[in-house]
Amino acid sequence: MFEHYLSLFVRAVFVENMALAFFLGMCTFIAISKKISTAIGLGIAVVVVLTITVPVNNLILHYLLNEGALSWTGIPALATLDLRFLGLLSYIGVIAAIVQILEMTLDKYVPALYNALGVFLPLITVNCAIMGASLFMVERDYAFGESLVYGLGAGAGWALAITLLAGIREKLKYSDVPDGLKGLGITFITVGLMSLGFMSFSGVQL
Amino acid sequence: MAEKTKDILFGPIFDNNPIALQILGICSALAVTSNLNTTLTMCIALTAVTAFSNFFVSCIRNQIPGSIRMIVQMTIIASLVIVVDQFLRAYAYSISKQLSVFVGLIITNCIVMGRVEAFAMKNPPIPSFLDGVGNGLGYSVILLGLGFTRELLGSGSLFGYQILERTVDGGWYNTNGLMLLPPSAFFLIGLFIWAIRAWKPEQVEEDVFKMKPHTRTSDAF
Repeated sequence: MFEHYLSLFVRAVFVENMALAFFLGMCTFIAISKKISTAIGLGIAVVVVLTITVPVNNLILHYLLNEGALSWTGIPALATLDLRFLGLLSYIGVIAAIVQILEMTLDKYVPALYNALGVFLPLITVNCAIMGASLFMVERDYAFGESLVYGLGAGAGWALAITLLAGIREKLKYSDVPDGLKGLGITFITVGLMSLGFMSFSGVQL
Repeated sequence: MAEKTKDILFGPIFDNNPIALQILGICSALAVTSNLNTTLTMCIALTAVTAFSNFFVSCIRNQIPGSIRMIVQMTIIASLVIVVDQFLRAYAYSISKQLSVFVGLIITNCIVMGRVEAFAMKNPPIPSFLDGVGNGLGYSVILLGLGFTRELLGSGSLFGYQILERTVDGGWYNTNGLMLLPPSAFFLIGLFIWAIRAWKPEQVEEDVFKMKPHTRTSDAF
């Protein structure tokens, strides 16, 4: 059992890296990777939000949306309902709500962390990595425990990738890049090379 | 007025391209472009969602309270995406399977959210609609360019029809496997940006550090 979770975690971090293998969360990945310190802050925020939202969406799917999921209410009319078409709307709602709650909780109880994360927390709502992880969870039919591990792994992988990119970009500032490639262009090519590197994990069997 | 409409509609294609300049909506640009069928579907889906979400948000922009506007916008966008998703499942099931989660991810595509927030909240419905179409087109230009290059070089075909005779079928074209792999999309976008900026030099970004002339390698030789 433990081995299963461990392999799921490693796969989510390296083999199926959210940013470099599935290109999720690319907009923030490229826009907010100019400095290592902000990249780490954003990475931590993504790990926290993913670890909470994926399992919660898993519960929503299994107890509200799936065909026959409402049978626990004991009302026969509800027991046969299939609400899966509402999935997208409920997942994004859950994500937005959790980010909002997290923001208020952090503001009240852990102001230091709240100040460190700053504007990144609200930005996370529109980070595709968060929504993507929930959708992959649905597509691959993870159970609750698996979804928890997957959320953590996916977040850790994304945080790792953005920190690495920020490190490279800090050095890249000093280099003499052709005019048209400056900034955005060279970043894309760097990310491409990183992604090529991460592809070497794709043969790993766990 | 006609001039302004033209600006709104065609400006985003090269002058203010959402992908190459605004850094919006990159996620899906990379994952769905390994063949033209999925690329085209994605472009149409995104243009439709951007245009209509801009239109509807703009219609009720004066009624939305500022504090909950994100949620209202999200709900409108998510509903439109659900319609698109159900439509694809009903009429183009195999493509919808290939796109997998990326149809759902239109919701979090920054182009949609970004245009709603930046344009539709301040402008009347018709220009907002056009702005949505324009940005959808800007996105489509890059995506179709990517899809075209990747499918042609990667599998020698366009829209699934064989154009270049592959060596495995006894032809002359040795397919470039890299083009079908994800990283090639990054390289291609990088080169696209280079091309656009070579054509329109005003988009070139400023150096963070100005180097002394004699330290530039290009001046050393």
